[in-house]
Amino acid sequence: MTRAYVSCDMASVALGADDIADALAAAGCEVIRTGARGLFAIEPLVEIETTDGARIAFGPVEPEDVPAILDGTHPNRIGDLATMPFFAKQQRFTFARCGITDPLSMADYTAHDGWKGLAAARALAPQAVVDAVKASGLRGRGGAGFPTGIKWQTVLDATAPEKFIVCNADEGDSGTFADRMLMEGDPYCLLEGMAIAGHAVGASHGYIYVRSEYPFAIRALNAAIERAAPILAPLTVEVRVGAGAYVCGEETALLESIEGKRGQVRAKPPLPAIQGLFGQPTVINNVLSLAAVPFILAEGPERYAEVGFGRSRGTMPVQLAGNVKNGGLFEIGFGITLGELVNAIGGGTESGRPVRAVQVGGPLGAYFPPSMFDTPFDYEAFAAAGGLIGHAGITVFDDSVDMAAMARFAMEFCAIESCGKCTPCRIGSTRGVETIDRIKGAAKREQALEAMPQMRNAKVKHRSVDEEIGVLRDLCETMKFGSLCALGGFTPYPVLSALDHFPEDFGGAPALPQAAE
Amino acid sequence: MIPDDLDTIVGTLADRFAGERGALLPLLHAIQAEVGWVPDAAIPLVARALNLSRAEVHGVVTFYHDFRREPAGRHIVKLCLAEACKARGVGAIETALSDRLGLPIDETSEDGRVSFEAVYCLGLCATGPNALVNDKPVSRLDAHKIDRIVAQVSA
Ligand SMILES: Cc1cc2nc3c(=O)[nH]c(=O)nc-3n(C[C@H](O)[C@H](O)[C@H](O)COP(=O)(O)O)c2cc1C
Ligand code: SF4
Ligand code: FES
Repeated sequence: MTRAYVSCDMASVALGADDIADALAAAGCEVIRTGARGLFAIEPLVEIETTDGARIAFGPVEPEDVPAILDGTHPNRIGDLATMPFFAKQQRFTFARCGITDPLSMADYTAHDGWKGLAAARALAPQAVVDAVKASGLRGRGGAGFPTGIKWQTVLDATAPEKFIVCNADEGDSGTFADRMLMEGDPYCLLEGMAIAGHAVGASHGYIYVRSEYPFAIRALNAAIERAAPILAPLTVEVRVGAGAYVCGEETALLESIEGKRGQVRAKPPLPAIQGLFGQPTVINNVLSLAAVPFILAEGPERYAEVGFGRSRGTMPVQLAGNVKNGGLFEIGFGITLGELVNAIGGGTESGRPVRAVQVGGPLGAYFPPSMFDTPFDYEAFAAAGGLIGHAGITVFDDSVDMAAMARFAMEFCAIESCGKCTPCRIGSTRGVETIDRIKGAAKREQALEAMPQMRNAKVKHRSVDEEIGVLRDLCETMKFGSLCALGGFTPYPVLSALDHFPEDFGGAPALPQAAE
Repeated sequence: MIPDDLDTIVGTLADRFAGERGALLPLLHAIQAEVGWVPDAAIPLVARALNLSRAEVHGVVTFYHDFRREPAGRHIVKLCLAEACKARGVGAIETALSDRLGLPIDETSEDGRVSFEAVYCLGLCATGPNALVNDKPVSRLDAHKIDRIVAQVSA
């Protein structure tokens, strides 16, 4: 019987993979569902196994293409994916199995080096495991880039009746989907990382907090936990489902949410590592941070650390999103430039128009113009360039984008998602939307409220566009320095970078006549 | 629209989470899965079952975007309006869907047939514009797929 591989990843299914799988099964194939390979331009994708075990890829395909696929004549024949530049250039440490194995097959996972890291960890004392993670140089992949080993050390050193491992799988950033792909395509890898963390710090229970927008991941994780429970023991793991609040990706809001409360950010200190979930010491790490750990323990921290750039060690699963030809997941060592990612790997825009801007790091990340494409992908280099790597999502826009509209959206999103704890974020975001509307001439500048003396430091005339831009910059400063967490604190990044790099998009409205009152 | 046996439904579901720490969100999800929304009348029942104050339960129900305080339409179309889908032209798709459904975003049709709602990222950002149609993901939305969606939610 011919064996065919088709992805069951949510993105593949959204492109019609289920129909292809059904058509292959109807044609008498044995269909194995895998995770996604990571290049969505060639999805829906089918791989046919040859008699010597190699896989021949075809994509994109439609259900009616099945006969031509099976007799090998289909024009979208790609052949061996590993030789395709998009795949050949990657360094897949974390995503080695994703797209190759059946995500829920324990036999597949074990045969592809699964559980080796956990076995290696269990042969070591907890301190030695923490030392290995420190030596790997792994930094948190959730956004802040905090050294994972140091976080674990704090939890290991804490004495408490109970400790927790919490996996942050809230992945709310637009332009990111690596957590989702890993949870759907290789869930045991995440569970193995959590079991290693549990052994390292002495935790007995783990939670995976997954956003509700990820039903496929929730199903895969629940099934994987059930099957792997005997191996994970003494650690028990449970999935908690979010409820559509972006701010619950912030670690302390996430803990509140697991506790059954409103997802409001907690002031730090106390650090979650000392007083986290239910007041107990808690490791809270992103999916990708935890999923990097099995490789580090199995292959040795040096193997991980030898790849990278400056203080950013190891690999980053970069996500190419938006208007980009080769959209998908590209895992590579730090140090590759932004331009290589967007143009050489991503292939430029899908629309074929020039790239005008890319947003790196989700809704709180800065917009970069092509003139900054020589910036190397590295935490420090991005910070120096006025941006952040965040969760490594890169969203590409062509020249039809209106950057003032994107800046407005950043403020609007902050207003929708603010947890409400601090004023600069809760109120400032709404004022930001209004200010941008006035700059763009979408709202009348001569509103009575805006003309009141206390709104304008006793000036009597309406503000000019330049003055409104000054107000917007002031507001951004206040949000940046007056907010408790990065939602309010980093929303200024997209806004200010749009203003700095694309000022022409903010000058559209004609100056108001002086006599508006 | 509020089930007569709301009391029993909440009670049975609450038993399922008895003794679990932080049971409120799982319980509210379960109620919404069963009833379709979280009626105000459920709030005191949940509060009693979990030994919380009504204010705490009300605070949680209103904080999270997922919990519906009114019944949804029989069909639910959720369209992603976040950045990566904007970069792939969701603006025009929103206008077209809104026209065809006869509904602005974030509203339910008067006959209770369909709700049209915004979401912010479905994690399908390389293949947008994206929607969830009755929980099924659809990528690369175009005129043809809009036709299919409209037909699907017409019944
Ligand atoms: C508004 C906001 C949203 C966040 N969303 C996420 C998220 O979805 N996933 C994530 O891993 N970290 C998110 N973070 C970062 C977390 O607070 C925290 O730094 C991370 O979970 C730590 O794990 P790591 O060290 O493994 O990165 C967010 C932070 C903020 C301020
Ligand atoms: S910055 Fe915004 S989201 Fe963060 S704590 Fe303050 S109000 Fe809440
Ligand atoms: S931005 Fe629409 S799916 Fe991510």
